[in-house]
Amino acid sequence: MAGIEVRSQTMDVERVRLDFPILERGSHGKPLVYLDSAATSQKPRAVIEALTDYYERHNANIHRGVYELAEEATSMFEAARGRLAAFIGAEDPSCVVFNRGTTESVNLVAYGYARKNLREGDEILLSDIEHHSNLVPWQFAARETGARLRFIPLAEDGTLDLSELGSLINDHTKLVAITGMSNVLGSIPPVATIAEAAHAVGARILVDGAQLVPHCPVDVQRLGIDFLTVSGHKMLGPTASGGLYGRRELLEEMDPFLGGGEMIMRVERESSTFKAPPHKFEAGTMNIAEEIGLAVAVDYLCALGMDAVRAHEKELTRYAIDRLTDAGAVVFGPKDVELRGGAVSFWFRDIHPHDLAQVLDQEGVCIRAGHHCAQPLMRILGVPATARASFYVYNTPREVDALVDALAKAEAILGT
Amino acid sequence: MALEDLYKEVILDHYKNPRNKRSLEGAVQTCTANNPLCGDEITVHTRIEDGRVTEVAFEGSGCSISQASASMMTEAIDGRSLPEAEALAADFRSMMEGSHDPTEEEFGDLVALKGVVKYPVRIKCAVLAWDVLQDSLAGSGVAGGGAPHA
Repeated sequence: MAGIEVRSQTMDVERVRLDFPILERGSHGKPLVYLDSAATSQKPRAVIEALTDYYERHNANIHRGVYELAEEATSMFEAARGRLAAFIGAEDPSCVVFNRGTTESVNLVAYGYARKNLREGDEILLSDIEHHSNLVPWQFAARETGARLRFIPLAEDGTLDLSELGSLINDHTKLVAITGMSNVLGSIPPVATIAEAAHAVGARILVDGAQLVPHCPVDVQRLGIDFLTVSGHKMLGPTASGGLYGRRELLEEMDPFLGGGEMIMRVERESSTFKAPPHKFEAGTMNIAEEIGLAVAVDYLCALGMDAVRAHEKELTRYAIDRLTDAGAVVFGPKDVELRGGAVSFWFRDIHPHDLAQVLDQEGVCIRAGHHCAQPLMRILGVPATARASFYVYNTPREVDALVDALAKAEAILGT
Repeated sequence: MALEDLYKEVILDHYKNPRNKRSLEGAVQTCTANNPLCGDEITVHTRIEDGRVTEVAFEGSGCSISQASASMMTEAIDGRSLPEAEALAADFRSMMEGSHDPTEEEFGDLVALKGVVKYPVRIKCAVLAWDVLQDSLAGSGVAGGGAPHA
């Protein structure tokens, strides 16, 4: 981890901020207050430089050339796989398939695993708080296999209601696919408990880690996760980086998704045999620079310490919930920060979230407004959309103050 | 870019006190559409007699721009013949594409929505009600209440 100093258990946010060049710019003449990390995170200088360094010094296609550059690129790419594998507690680097992130990963499991193994009468258990990327691929799989989708309901307090889990997970259940952290409510479902219930009936569990992996320590083996999706761009890495963790024997039995170069063992005119995982799922030229950049992001997070990251965000989330509530906003999701992460959705004085976000933008405050790719959840909450502020390692309490101050301006313009 | 260009007084007035926001009984064309970007949904009811819009109303929820645009639209097209209403819808669309610069005399309150052009993401909000109106005028809606398209 050259150039990255290991910091203590508590994070020095002001020092962290210096590592993020974009925070030096303003927006509309005000300091940039970036509160949309649940959509995509900003990138530290080390990650940006890793991309440049790769292209300036090592660029070549991987797994092919016998020359020095190609060997360097290949070994950097495979080393990146190892670092991501270690970060999530995977038993072996070969359990990590690189791809563009969560959407691609869920589609890969829906195509390669669910389509192959599910039959009419089987059940796929999801939850009411899923992002469309952990819902729509299962709708495809259900339509093709005749399997039925079922849903763990939302509880009053914004967590999942697990009281019926005993019947929701039954002998028909073949696959459970749930988020590790809601991108709307911040809720963190008890993955280990659900995994245990799934395994008790012989089902597999996929965890959508898009929001979980960037913000909490994750150990797939300890949690009993069969498949975990990772979105690199939400954890300080480049866009289109990330991948899928799968238990080795599951990846082995899965069908490949994309056919083409690099994923084959031997190609005849009528048929082919395929490489072992993970390369079986990595057809074509990969996002080489991006995955190498992701490994640098992983190093950066490790240097901060994921426990420190989580502690920082809990503190900030608690402060945000208190200040927003005092300002008259209704905050969705659990109020107990032990049960949630830092994606904070709220409704403010009947001002439509789009209008709110527009006024906040003028104050340099970036939040997300909309349905957050969770339309079924919006219907349950009874709102067309929410405003969402989300936090990461570089956010500070004074940015929460800027958010609340900007809300007052929105009320002055749009309040009734 | 000043926020006042977007949130003009007349827009906020239509947003806070929407005109013709209600349902219509009897023989009316009803169409609904939503904006997948924000989940906003607008229903437009039109009563058409002898080739003329004799009554128009809207329902739904949305941001200030979509609600104000719908409210202004109902005032602007009330009493117009179908070709006139179509022409106004086309002109409104041109204004939102930046290719038409109407005067207040020509466009009334609607001219206030010109400022939205500078906020590309919000153009869809302003156009939503007009999309529904055009569906309705084209007779593609289900009389007496249709399901959302999207």
